[in-house]
Amino acid sequence: MTSLPDLVPAYPELFLAAAGMLFLMIGVFRKTDSTGLLTWLSVLAMIVAAGLIWTAPQEQVKTFSGMFITNGFTAFAKILTLAGAAISLLLINSWVHKEQIARFELPIIVLFATLGMLMMISANDFIALYVGLELQSLALYVLAAYHRNNLRSTEAGVKYFVLGALASGLLLYGASLIYGFGGTTSFDGLATAMAAAPEGSVGVVIGIVFVIAGMAFKVSAVPFHMWTPDVYEGAPTPITAFFSVAPKVAALSLFLSVLAGPFAPLIGQWQQVVIFISVISMAWGAVAAIGQNNIKRLMAYSSIGHVGYALIGLAVGTTEGAGGMLFYMLVYIFMNLGTFAVILAMRVKGRAVEDIKDLAGIGKTNPGIALALATLMFSMAGIPPLAGFLAKYFIFLAAINSGLVGVAVFGLLASVIGAFYYMRLIKIMYFDASVDALDKPDGITGLVMFACSVIVLVLFFVAGPFVNGADAAAKALFLS
Amino acid sequence: MNALVTFLDGLPILSVITFLPIVGALIILSIRGEEAVVAQQSRQVALLVTVTTFLLSLSIWFGFDATTAAFQFEEKVDWLPQYKIAYHMGVDGISMPFVILSTFLTPICILASWHAIEKMVREYMIAFLILETMMVGMFCALDLIIFYAFFEGVLIPMFLIIGIWGGGRRVYSAFKFFLYTLTGSVLLLVSMLAMYIQEGTTDIPTLMNATFAPQMQMWLWLGMFASFAVKVPMWPVHTWLPDAHVDAPTAGSVILAGVLLKMGGYGFLRLSMPMLPDASVYFTPMVYGLSLVAIIYTSLVALVQDDMKKLIAYSSVAHMGYVTLGIFTATKQGVEGAMFQMLSHGIVSAALFLCVGVVYDRLHTREISRYGGLANNMPKYALAFMVFMLASVGLPGTAGFVGEFLVLLGAFQVNTWVSLLAATGVILGAAYMLYLYRRVVYGELTKDDVKAMLDLDAREVVILAPLVIIVMWMGVYPMPFLDVMSVSIDNLLTKYHAATAAKAAAAPVAETLLAWLK
Repeated sequence: MTSLPDLVPAYPELFLAAAGMLFLMIGVFRKTDSTGLLTWLSVLAMIVAAGLIWTAPQEQVKTFSGMFITNGFTAFAKILTLAGAAISLLLINSWVHKEQIARFELPIIVLFATLGMLMMISANDFIALYVGLELQSLALYVLAAYHRNNLRSTEAGVKYFVLGALASGLLLYGASLIYGFGGTTSFDGLATAMAAAPEGSVGVVIGIVFVIAGMAFKVSAVPFHMWTPDVYEGAPTPITAFFSVAPKVAALSLFLSVLAGPFAPLIGQWQQVVIFISVISMAWGAVAAIGQNNIKRLMAYSSIGHVGYALIGLAVGTTEGAGGMLFYMLVYIFMNLGTFAVILAMRVKGRAVEDIKDLAGIGKTNPGIALALATLMFSMAGIPPLAGFLAKYFIFLAAINSGLVGVAVFGLLASVIGAFYYMRLIKIMYFDASVDALDKPDGITGLVMFACSVIVLVLFFVAGPFVNGADAAAKALFLS
Repeated sequence: MNALVTFLDGLPILSVITFLPIVGALIILSIRGEEAVVAQQSRQVALLVTVTTFLLSLSIWFGFDATTAAFQFEEKVDWLPQYKIAYHMGVDGISMPFVILSTFLTPICILASWHAIEKMVREYMIAFLILETMMVGMFCALDLIIFYAFFEGVLIPMFLIIGIWGGGRRVYSAFKFFLYTLTGSVLLLVSMLAMYIQEGTTDIPTLMNATFAPQMQMWLWLGMFASFAVKVPMWPVHTWLPDAHVDAPTAGSVILAGVLLKMGGYGFLRLSMPMLPDASVYFTPMVYGLSLVAIIYTSLVALVQDDMKKLIAYSSVAHMGYVTLGIFTATKQGVEGAMFQMLSHGIVSAALFLCVGVVYDRLHTREISRYGGLANNMPKYALAFMVFMLASVGLPGTAGFVGEFLVLLGAFQVNTWVSLLAATGVILGAAYMLYLYRRVVYGELTKDDVKAMLDLDAREVVILAPLVIIVMWMGVYPMPFLDVMSVSIDNLLTKYHAATAAKAAAAPVAETLLAWLK
């Protein structure tokens, strides 16, 4: 009889899984609609999980035969993911009630998706990685198609599913090649094998390229980004908000822990690939967004660009770069959630609108919303004194410090192009004549919008502890 | 009185004058009531706050010790200690006059916008107050990142001021201004990051004593040049300026010409020259060339303008050409002249834009041919305009003369041809300014709407009178201004020449060594 594995490090995940199943029961057996109740319970569960992660010891612990790992890095990434998921859940709740399509399964699916993300972040083995990835992906496909009577939503779900399955296949194929040539799926075992042969065999290198392709799809980096604008546009808006934060953080953390973990010795092999996808993501994210008139598509290209910047931190392959990337994700979450709260507030006479022209003149008619969005846009463009500037600052500092000056200069110039379309939104809000005033946003949406824009402003001035936290998390990753 | 002095001494005065406008902006944000009431109270609060800021900033003028080149009124608080970035503020003889210039011009801008701005008054005043914080902060900052944050932060309010309250092609001009400046600035950021990586600090006084390898200096210098040249603006990256000036509201043009352009010149003096002396020497001929083109070519362009603001905008480019020329002569006269030219241009061009604003408020056109004969019905206006026009020409006895003369003197010591060519700008300047003045103020008073224009009212007199006095004061007795900057400039040039001379001396040594090896 084998003894039970050490469950303590996995308490947060176990707690979320148990809570999810319990909530399912509540939903099924309660006669009245329990979407609101379960949303708040799920948010509470996420807060408890975050609390468990926060209070857990920061030393590195492995369990489940080394398949599951926790350390300072996973803790940081998980708390970011949970924060993004919890805030999106609140936005989702107020939206489904307004659209009258509330179903109690919705918060539970979000909860399970989040659980999958936490598993991904803690994965220390390709099998564990794949299980976590699929748990989150399947939940996300369902979420994309949640508005099932809406043609665009179902289309988004199917598109996401088909392309997502392809990406999972690529990743799995890459993992199998790595297993074939490396002899193990465990990251620890691979780390030893790779350190022994740092030039890497052809099979392993091809395997890594496939894995990168699969993960690039999940983070929506060019050239695997094609699904992003369609899914962002088709999926219900608050679910798009969720897509744009939590899975991004989880997948980027995974990207980091795979490449900077077992494959760190092969940096010479994968660095140029990552630089390539990073550079073209920045460029395409900036250029393609210029022509967009649907604000959700615009945000899709914006997130592609942001992923490009974050990937510089990965391409650098140093603690500094990883720390910069984590800090970037921290700032990115708040910028994006705030912006999506504004998009959710874009309702004219009770009807949701998505064209950027609908923002025309709201500087006069809805000064609060306009000010919030203007702050967020200046932050996204990387103009000080807003947190978006610091996020870019640390990324480019790491890049120049490790000699990638060309990438840094290119990225900064791309950010100037990107600034154009962020400024364009400000132009529409403030410089154009108003068409229709927007409705007053509901409490939660207004609060998220307000809080996020204050955070991106204040975070600039009190960045010290957060930068420290990100750096400490990055150090934990590189120690493992 | 003594109690007041002690109280002021205890204050972190630079932070106070930097952030007081933000406090004012928050107060304006909290005003509630009907739109007209909000507008009126916003104006009053903004005026009160900016005047207070100006009065407080006078304490650094009077408390300034002109006998030392060290930074004064220093404040230092750790901000991101792990990256050695500190909130470090301080002024020396080079930055202090610009702080005063900024705090002086802002209340004038608020007054100039009193009736001219009617829509979104509250937001306008907030934008101006934030702008003041950014400008003052930029001149006080002694840390590269703080410097950059303020330098870039200026873009946000200025973009909005041009875009919301401007006229004509305001959207186009706002974007052009924003993107031009941002492109330059990100390259400046690359240079700053590279400097930080080599020296491990972003502290400006520390970096002034650092030495960078000559090859590296070239790249760092070019990165900074990209930013400052756009800001100054130097030919050929000046094209955003005429657009921005023409479409900005009057007060926007005033602050743009008065202060924002000075950020470029200040950047050369604060960062490029002391930190990168070898590269500065290396690129000096290029700067001379671009400055001369700016002086001569844009003067000629100014000559053919039909739009008053555009004409003054081109004259700004020409006048700033003297500034860059003077700075890179690296002679005492040249640099002092450049500094003085920046201050006098700050006052004179601001005043000229205000003069344009006065007639624009009445007739709502800037086309020169729509005016004529204003001397008859607007004598006070004609007088004020004449003083500023002559100052812009550089007539002895006005502020414009001192700066241009010193720059030419400095240039003459370095290269007579450069000096000769630059001097032609004086003649061209006289041509386009006098031509402008003749077409607007003299001639027959024939047009009916022009006849109906009233002379300056009390508010406009209050705005223009101090400027007239300062222009005359700077022209007749420039010593108070030159005295405060003298020691700091001496110090800058001594270090600059020592660094470049050391390099020049090192080269023969290396040659001898090589010869010996052979």
